[in-house]
Amino acid sequence: MKRLTWFNTTSLTLGFAFLYLPMIILVIYSFNASQLVTVWAGFSTKWYGELLRNEAFLDAAWVTLQVAVVSSTIATVLGTMAAYVLVRAGRFWGRTLFSGMIYAPLVMPEVITGLSLLLLFIGIGLDRGVLTIILAHTTFSMCFVSVVVSSRLVSFDRSLEEAALDLGCSPFQAFRLVTLPIIAPAVISGWLLAFTLSLDDLVIASFTAGPSATTLPIKIWSSIRLGVSPEINALSTILIGIVAVGVVTASLVSKRQLMRQDADEKAAVRAEA
Amino acid sequence: MMRRVVLILVPYLWLLALFLVPFAIVLKISLSDIELSIPPYTPQLDLSEGWEGIKAFFAALDFENFVFLTEDDLYWKAYLSSLQIAVISTVLTLLVGYPMAYAMARAPNHWRPTLLMLVILPFWTSFLIRVYSWMGILSTEGYLNQLLLSLGLISEPLLILNTNVAVYIGIIYTYLPFMILPIYSALERMDDSLLEAAEDLGCSRLTAFWLVTLPLSKNGIIAGCFLVFIPVMGEFVIPSLLGGSQTLMIGKVLFEEFFNNLDWPVASAVAVILLLILIIPIVLFQRNQQKTREAER
Repeated sequence: MKRLTWFNTTSLTLGFAFLYLPMIILVIYSFNASQLVTVWAGFSTKWYGELLRNEAFLDAAWVTLQVAVVSSTIATVLGTMAAYVLVRAGRFWGRTLFSGMIYAPLVMPEVITGLSLLLLFIGIGLDRGVLTIILAHTTFSMCFVSVVVSSRLVSFDRSLEEAALDLGCSPFQAFRLVTLPIIAPAVISGWLLAFTLSLDDLVIASFTAGPSATTLPIKIWSSIRLGVSPEINALSTILIGIVAVGVVTASLVSKRQLMRQDADEKAAVRAEA
Repeated sequence: MMRRVVLILVPYLWLLALFLVPFAIVLKISLSDIELSIPPYTPQLDLSEGWEGIKAFFAALDFENFVFLTEDDLYWKAYLSSLQIAVISTVLTLLVGYPMAYAMARAPNHWRPTLLMLVILPFWTSFLIRVYSWMGILSTEGYLNQLLLSLGLISEPLLILNTNVAVYIGIIYTYLPFMILPIYSALERMDDSLLEAAEDLGCSRLTAFWLVTLPLSKNGIIAGCFLVFIPVMGEFVIPSLLGGSQTLMIGKVLFEEFFNNLDWPVASAVAVILLLILIIPIVLFQRNQQKTREAER
C-alpha cells in the first residue's frame, strides 16, 4: 500500500490550489452585485439576467454550438479512419507524411494554422462564415481524435477481429460488430475532445470567421480586451458549470460500467465453477 | 483492397487540402508584394499561364519581405523574446508539474482516477476563461493585491498585470496539464521494485530518484516540454491579455500585422520563419511520440 509523504502531499495541495483557486474566485465574484468587479458589494444574480437579455451573446453561442456539433462529428469520423490507417494499414506510399500531418497540428501554433487556412479560403474564393469555421475546426480536431483512438487501437487484441472474420463476417461487419464496440469509449472521448476544442477556439476562428458569423470566444475576446467585466464572469461560471457537470457525470457513468463489467465477470466465473 | 485505398485516401486528402496546401499558399504569399486591395497582395505565381507563368514567377521571385524582417528590429526582438519566454516558461512548468506528476504516481491506487480527473478537468474548460480569470487576480486593484495589502505584507499595490511575470503565470497555469500528463503516464508505468533494488544496493532515496526514477521518466519529460514549448512560441492570447506593451511575442506581432496593418505578405513571412524555427522541435516531438508508442506496444 502506497502512502503519500509530506512532500508529495504538499506539492499536490499547492498544485491543485493553483489550478483551481482562480476559477473558484471567478465563480464567486460572478455573484457580485457591484459593477466594479474586484469590490464585493453583496450577493446578486443580476449579471446572469443581463447575460440572458444580451442577444449578441446568445446568437454567438448558437453559432458556436452548431459549429462544434458539426465539426466534432466529422472530425470523429475522419479521425477514427486516420487512427485505423496509422495503426492497421501497414506500409503505404507517403506514410511518414501522413503521420506527420496527424501529429503536427497537435502542437502547431494556432496563429499559423489560422493564417494558412484563411489564405486558402480566400485563394479558392470561399466566403468566410460558418462553413469555413467548420472546415478549420474539423481539420485540427480530427488529429486529436485520431491520437485518442489510435492509442486504444494499439492496445486492442487483434485476434478478436480475426475470429469474427473466420466466422464469416465481412471486414465491415467485423468492424461494426467487434472493433467499434471495443473502441467506442475512445471514439466518444475523441468526439468530446473535438467538441470542447471547437467551443474553445479563439485564434483559428478569428482568422476563418467572416462578418456573418461570430463565435462565443470571439465575442468574449472583444469584451475582455478592455478589462474584467461582470457579465463575462457570469458567462464563464455557466461554461465552467457545464464542463464540471459533464466531466463528473461521464466519469461516474464509466466507473459504474466498469463495476458492472467486474460483477458480470465474477458471476461468469462463479457460474463456471 | 479497394476499401483500404478509400480508408487511406479520405483522411489523407483532407489533410493534404486543409493542412499542407495552406502552408504552400502561405509560402507563396510571403514572396508576394503588398497592395492596397482585397486580397491585399499581388500574387506572383499564376499557374494558369503555364510554363511562362512559372518562369515569370522565378524571375520575379524576391525575398523582400524576408529582407524587411531582418532590417526591422521589431521582428528580431519578437522572435528572440518569444524564444526566451518559451524556454523559461517550459522550465518553470516542468518545475511545477514534475512534483505533481510524481506525487500522483505515488498516490494510493484508489486516489489516482480522481487526481487524474482533477488535472484533466481544467483542460476541458475554456482556455480563454482560464487566462481571463487571472486578470481579476493580478490587476493593481485585484484580489492578490487586496490580500497582500490587508495582510500588511506590502504597503502599495504590486504591478503584476501587464508585465512578463503575469505572462509566465498565465503560461504555467494554462499549460500545466500538458506537462503533468505525459510525465505521470511515464512514472505510473515504472516498476517500484527497481527503486527498492536501488535502495537495497545502498542508494539514498535522493540518489535512487536521480539514477532510477528520473531517467525512466525521460520520455515523459521530453514529451511534456515539447507540448509546452512549441505552442507557447506562437502564443497570442496570453501575451495580449496578461502582457504589457513591453511583452513582445511573435504570435502577437503576426496577429497585429495581419488584422491591424493588413500586411498579408509580411504576416506570411513572419509565419514562415516561425515555422522554420519550430520545424526541428516538431520533428523531435514526433520521433519521441513514435518511440513512446512503440515502447507501449
